[in-house]
Amino acid sequence: MTSLPAHLAHLTRRQFLGHQAGGLGTAALAALLGKELAAAPRGANGGQPEFPNSTPRAKHVIYLLQNGAPPHVDTFDYKPAMVEYRGQELPESIHKNQRLSTMTAGQKQKLVLPAFAPFRQHGQCGAWVCDFLPHTASIVDDITFIKSMHTTQVNHAPAITFFLTGAELPGRPSMGAWTNYGLGTESDELPGFVVMTSRDKEASCGQIFYDFYWGSGFLPTRFQGVKFRGSGDPVLYLSNPEGISREVRRGLLDDLARLNELKYAESGDPEIVTRIAQYEMAYKMQTSVPELTDFSTEPESVLKMYGPDVQRQGSFAYNCLMARRLVERGVRFVQCFHAGWDHHRNLSTQFEIQCRDTDQPSAALVQDLKQRGLLEDTLVIWGGEFGRTPFCQGDINDRKSLGRDHHPYCFTIWMAGGGVKAGFSYGASDDFAYNPAVNPVHVHDFQATVLHLLGIDHERLTYRFQGRDFRLTDIHGQVVREILA
Amino acid sequence: MRNRGTSASGGRSNGMNRALHKAGTVGRKIIVGCSVWLCGSGFLPLGLHTAAAADQPAEKGSVDFSRDILPILSDYCFTCHGPDQNQRKADLRLDTQEGALRTENPVIVPGKSSDSELILRIVSTDPGEVMPPPKSNRKLSARQIELLKQWIDSGAVWGRHWAYEAPRRPLLPEVKRSDWAQNPIDRFILARLERERLTPAPPARPETWLRRVTLDLTGLPPTLAEIEDFARDSSDQACQRVVDRLLNSPRYGERMAWDWLDAARYADTNGYQGDPTRSMWFWRDWVVEAMNRNLPFDQFTLEQLAGDLLPNPSREQLIATGFHRNHMINGEGGRIAEESRVDYVQDRVETTGTVWMGLTLNCCRCHDHKFDPVTQREYYQLAAYFNSIDESGATDAYPQARPLLPVPTPAQEARVAEMKQRESTSQKALAELEQKLRAGQPDWERALADQTGKPQSPEWTVLTPITVQSQAGATLTAQADGAVLATGDNPARDTFVVTVKTPGPALTGLKLEALPDASLVNSGPGRADNGNFVLTEVVVTADGRPLKLLAIAADHEQGGLPLTQAVDGKNDTGWAILPEFGKPHTGIFEIQDLPTSGTAERTLTIRLEFQSIHVSHVIGKFRLSTTSAPVTVLRPISEAIRQALAVEPEKRNDAQKKLLSEYYLGTIPGYAATKQQAEAARQAREQAEKEIPTTMIVRDLPQPRETFVLLRGAYDKRGDKVAHGTPTVLPALATTAPPNRLALAQWLISPSHPLTARVTVNRYWQTFFGTGLVKTAEDFGVQGEKPSHPELLDWLAREFVDSGWDVKHIHRLIVTSATYRQSSNAGADLIERDPENRLLARGPRYRLPSWMIRDQALAASGLLVNTFGGRGVRGYQPPGIWEDATFGQIRYEQEHGDALYRRSLYTFWRRIAGPTMFFDVASRQTCTVKIARTNTPLHALATLNDVTYIEAARGLAQRVLLNGPPDERARLAEMFRLIATRPPQPPELEILSRRLAGLLTTYRENESAAQKLIKVGETAAPPQLAVPELAAWTSLATLLFNLDESLSKE
Repeated sequence: MTSLPAHLAHLTRRQFLGHQAGGLGTAALAALLGKELAAAPRGANGGQPEFPNSTPRAKHVIYLLQNGAPPHVDTFDYKPAMVEYRGQELPESIHKNQRLSTMTAGQKQKLVLPAFAPFRQHGQCGAWVCDFLPHTASIVDDITFIKSMHTTQVNHAPAITFFLTGAELPGRPSMGAWTNYGLGTESDELPGFVVMTSRDKEASCGQIFYDFYWGSGFLPTRFQGVKFRGSGDPVLYLSNPEGISREVRRGLLDDLARLNELKYAESGDPEIVTRIAQYEMAYKMQTSVPELTDFSTEPESVLKMYGPDVQRQGSFAYNCLMARRLVERGVRFVQCFHAGWDHHRNLSTQFEIQCRDTDQPSAALVQDLKQRGLLEDTLVIWGGEFGRTPFCQGDINDRKSLGRDHHPYCFTIWMAGGGVKAGFSYGASDDFAYNPAVNPVHVHDFQATVLHLLGIDHERLTYRFQGRDFRLTDIHGQVVREILA
Repeated sequence: MRNRGTSASGGRSNGMNRALHKAGTVGRKIIVGCSVWLCGSGFLPLGLHTAAAADQPAEKGSVDFSRDILPILSDYCFTCHGPDQNQRKADLRLDTQEGALRTENPVIVPGKSSDSELILRIVSTDPGEVMPPPKSNRKLSARQIELLKQWIDSGAVWGRHWAYEAPRRPLLPEVKRSDWAQNPIDRFILARLERERLTPAPPARPETWLRRVTLDLTGLPPTLAEIEDFARDSSDQACQRVVDRLLNSPRYGERMAWDWLDAARYADTNGYQGDPTRSMWFWRDWVVEAMNRNLPFDQFTLEQLAGDLLPNPSREQLIATGFHRNHMINGEGGRIAEESRVDYVQDRVETTGTVWMGLTLNCCRCHDHKFDPVTQREYYQLAAYFNSIDESGATDAYPQARPLLPVPTPAQEARVAEMKQRESTSQKALAELEQKLRAGQPDWERALADQTGKPQSPEWTVLTPITVQSQAGATLTAQADGAVLATGDNPARDTFVVTVKTPGPALTGLKLEALPDASLVNSGPGRADNGNFVLTEVVVTADGRPLKLLAIAADHEQGGLPLTQAVDGKNDTGWAILPEFGKPHTGIFEIQDLPTSGTAERTLTIRLEFQSIHVSHVIGKFRLSTTSAPVTVLRPISEAIRQALAVEPEKRNDAQKKLLSEYYLGTIPGYAATKQQAEAARQAREQAEKEIPTTMIVRDLPQPRETFVLLRGAYDKRGDKVAHGTPTVLPALATTAPPNRLALAQWLISPSHPLTARVTVNRYWQTFFGTGLVKTAEDFGVQGEKPSHPELLDWLAREFVDSGWDVKHIHRLIVTSATYRQSSNAGADLIERDPENRLLARGPRYRLPSWMIRDQALAASGLLVNTFGGRGVRGYQPPGIWEDATFGQIRYEQEHGDALYRRSLYTFWRRIAGPTMFFDVASRQTCTVKIARTNTPLHALATLNDVTYIEAARGLAQRVLLNGPPDERARLAEMFRLIATRPPQPPELEILSRRLAGLLTTYRENESAAQKLIKVGETAAPPQLAVPELAAWTSLATLLFNLDESLSKE
């Protein structure tokens, strides 16, 4: 959509309103105004004219955030050498007494705990993947692994906040908000930044999804993520009240627009015109959102790909399919949080369950996007807020209660589509997967790279607040050019 | 020279306008365009820093350091040449006079811009030379370079940032139009308008002003009576009277408190994991009351920052200190308490900085401020004031954290006093009894001992049953060892009757053993399905006469079912042994008042009754024994007691003495009951105390903590130790006072403080006009926006202080001004010229806060419940919000009745999932002094569909249908007035009337839809109203609630 200078939009409005007695249908008028307003900075959809500042490789992002932090050692970072060290003290030359969470900081031993399940090589690229992730294994030729991620945060909420906002304390805009602020959205019927959450069925993880994870911080609130809920109306207050039909509502909105136009003619406040447009968009969302969540039009084969949970609202599989449908409809940034990975003491039971819950839907999403030609300009990201310790938390001989603690120093994420290489692996950890050995990638580098794929120079996407120009990457961040296709 | 210079710059900036047009920076373009039109002489506004028309230099042709130069230096140079010494490049600082105007290796040569390195570097085309460096993506505009040159050429007069200089009361400016100004505010506004060649808008319609001022001061719309009273009052004092009434309304404090709650990050829960509920609403209620009684702002400050340090602080003054306990509390597992405590201290520093000084101190947590002259060291000097609070950082009084203040109601206070009295009475009785009884302990000890002085054990003789019978039909079989086993039928209730012969005439004790057996569930000893039994009564008859039994001891008693209940004469009580199944259990009874007559053996009949409501709780295997040992020794003695008794009394250690004394007392009948009473009284007192709510307050440790600079803000990376202190850029602190929060608070409210009054009146201005005179209400620093009306800001600040920090006085001045009174209608020219209404050539018009929209709907509908204060209430909310946010750990239990219709201020605020009925509200997670106003479809959905609004729409409909005028159009007009205050215009009435007719048809044709609609919400629809009619009016009322005018203040 081309951007219309504000004063021009204003003039057009005035011309329309000047002729309103002539009897242009209110709905038509409102729709027309809606389109134009959407383009104006004060409307719903505008971005900053400066962006994209380079050719975007991705137009959409789907971020499958694995909250609780999956263990890199057990999933993708294959370390066969660890097997023979099982139960032995991790060499100090490896762990260097780096600070850990208080849960294991006091633990006297750091006994090496190798991967929980067997690994196998897959695809043309020969990527090693744990046997619990057969579906992800089948798409390794479409994805890039980054095996040298590291962060500075050791607790969940600060680490996720750091990943999404570039700062560990709440209050900065989330990546999706930045993206929409910079680029605007392509949809005039749906918000540009949609968030969905799910968790493991046993609720073993207990991580809470704080709304500042998708907040707009100091950016205008229209950029904040809209959380689609896991039960009931996906958008709050979407349904008309009992007894007000869509026809009654239409009539009321028509009169509302008429009365507001009369008010505008008297008052001259352009905000009134924006309001008319926003009420129209609300009305459209009342149709577009139920249509969005109606899976009955999906072919059986597609539903099958996502697995049996796909019809259960609020499941990870459901959210993955929703993500594709949202992207199809022009939503810029979709964030799916899944909690269930915080296996301090239940690795032997929960790890496999989490793999099962997330593996098939994640892989299906990539395949589904690919077969529709959407993967080209949609970036899919899969990863946790940090990794888990390569050493054991708890008693290594008690299979029932052992686990791994939080590990910020090295972990693995993967990305697919949207301009990253396919069948590629970047960076590597040391022999115990404790620290990056080659090409470390910091969270700010990751953020710079995602913005770059969207055609945004992370150093130029700034917002002035409290006298300072803030950006997602603070004063850091290097684009990881090696993973770009 | 100067004239030529300015016209030249005018020409250049026209070029710049075109460039900006191309770049498409729309907002800027309009402003620059209009300022060209405005300033015929060609003097131009600052392009980048001041983004509103309001910020054009007031004085033409002169360069003002603070206004014109400092912002440029700050924006383009301070990052590397500013206050932050760690980031400073080339050892050059441009934020101080000494640095910028240094004489050695000078960068600025006063009077000679062409010789000044500063200018040469800025205009350089060499990428290695030019400043700022190309990497920064920043470049000065031609206009800015011109300003710098002018400043240097005219002598490079240094100054200070305006906000760090104390405000002086300016003279009221002269204005041409003499009949407009109502008070001094208007003189400043009008003078500026005249300079801008603008004229004020005509006054708003009286009812528009009435709605505006009523919403602004109370957050509620005027009532019909108030509208009519005002319309009738034709005197000059009509407006004053309205303002007086509103300022004295209890609703005033409720309205004004909201903004302060945002600033204080007030909420009803801690935030973070678990998000437990706290009870800080005492503080919230204190705020409302303080505002209602117009507590002067200086006192308001003192009590909240240092109420605990005032002489003999009152309960209210202690509650007030809760201001700095409103921050989030992190109770996550694995959290280091000290790390949290440091977080809280830092939060307090930053909140204090924002709220009282408009300083963005958070940067200084990790490093010196990049723009403002505040160092990291000074940040921690401020932190010292908040670092000695008697707190641990842990949630040590879960769900709250110490220090706490109990806040009883008078009734609770009375109850605790009464419970204390009872406790003391029963404790006294117990102590007296113990003292009396202890006198008998030596005798008791002697009685226990045998001839050798050692405690003796009774000899028990097993009684072999002569007959044994189950009254309900179980099979009882005597065993070789004297035991009896029950088999066969297992009746629900039973009584065993056993006859035995005793070995001799002297009997003192009876022992009942309940024995395990492999044939029983869980090996018994009971026949219940878990192995339990309830022995409801034991009755022993000797020679046909019942004997009196006293329970002595059982080896195990199930809670609530002690052995004493087996001899209490009641069959609905008894002795049981859960969960100690599969083990033998013993009950020992003393046989009292046995006739001494007779010489030989006796025949006893022993009835064991099992009449409990618990089915089949019958003993499966038992054995009976008797003894003639002295009563004193019947009670089994533990090894510890035995050992203690073996020690001579004077040689026993304290533990042994205590053990024996307690044991001895326990053997005395009646003692246990007295002790139980005392214990119950203690528990009752504790319970009564527990019921008293507490609120978190601030109180210092007796010994202050040491404070250190924390490297990069990390709690465990200590740098230099620092003393209490305030930033040197601000006036010095009185050194005579002890260095504590009271001194800090007094410093903030000292008349010479340049920031407190300005920052506060600016927020008031924001309350009434939507934007502060300084738009960046949170930042008065170098990077903050310059005031649109600097003299007015200073005048208000001085007036505030000189009036004794009289808040209502300032509010009154504002709402009675001609400026505030203007109509908000505006032509396109004015809107293009001044889109944000910073010049105030019209009245304020913007969307109401969402909480006020809700309160307005409740008030208009007549549903509003005006109860004051108390804990947060849980109104309507779509299901699953809390559950989704907490994985079902916290359920939202919506309340009913009045709670649904309380003012929004009293809505329960869960920090991790705030109330969904509001939008564009502060997160209540950190301090917020300015909230965004956005306009999104999600807001429309809320006010269109939320139950609150539908029920309020019905309330409004009911109101006019039941009590309004009979005529339909008059009713419509009244409904309209209840929301908009003004009557509808004929075209508006026409639209509404037509829609109503259509809705009536719709709902008459579809009465079931009508039924559904009028059932939304928990109040019942009045039965006397026709359902389709009520539904049609309700629908129409939802439209009225969503009018832009209803959602807006205008």
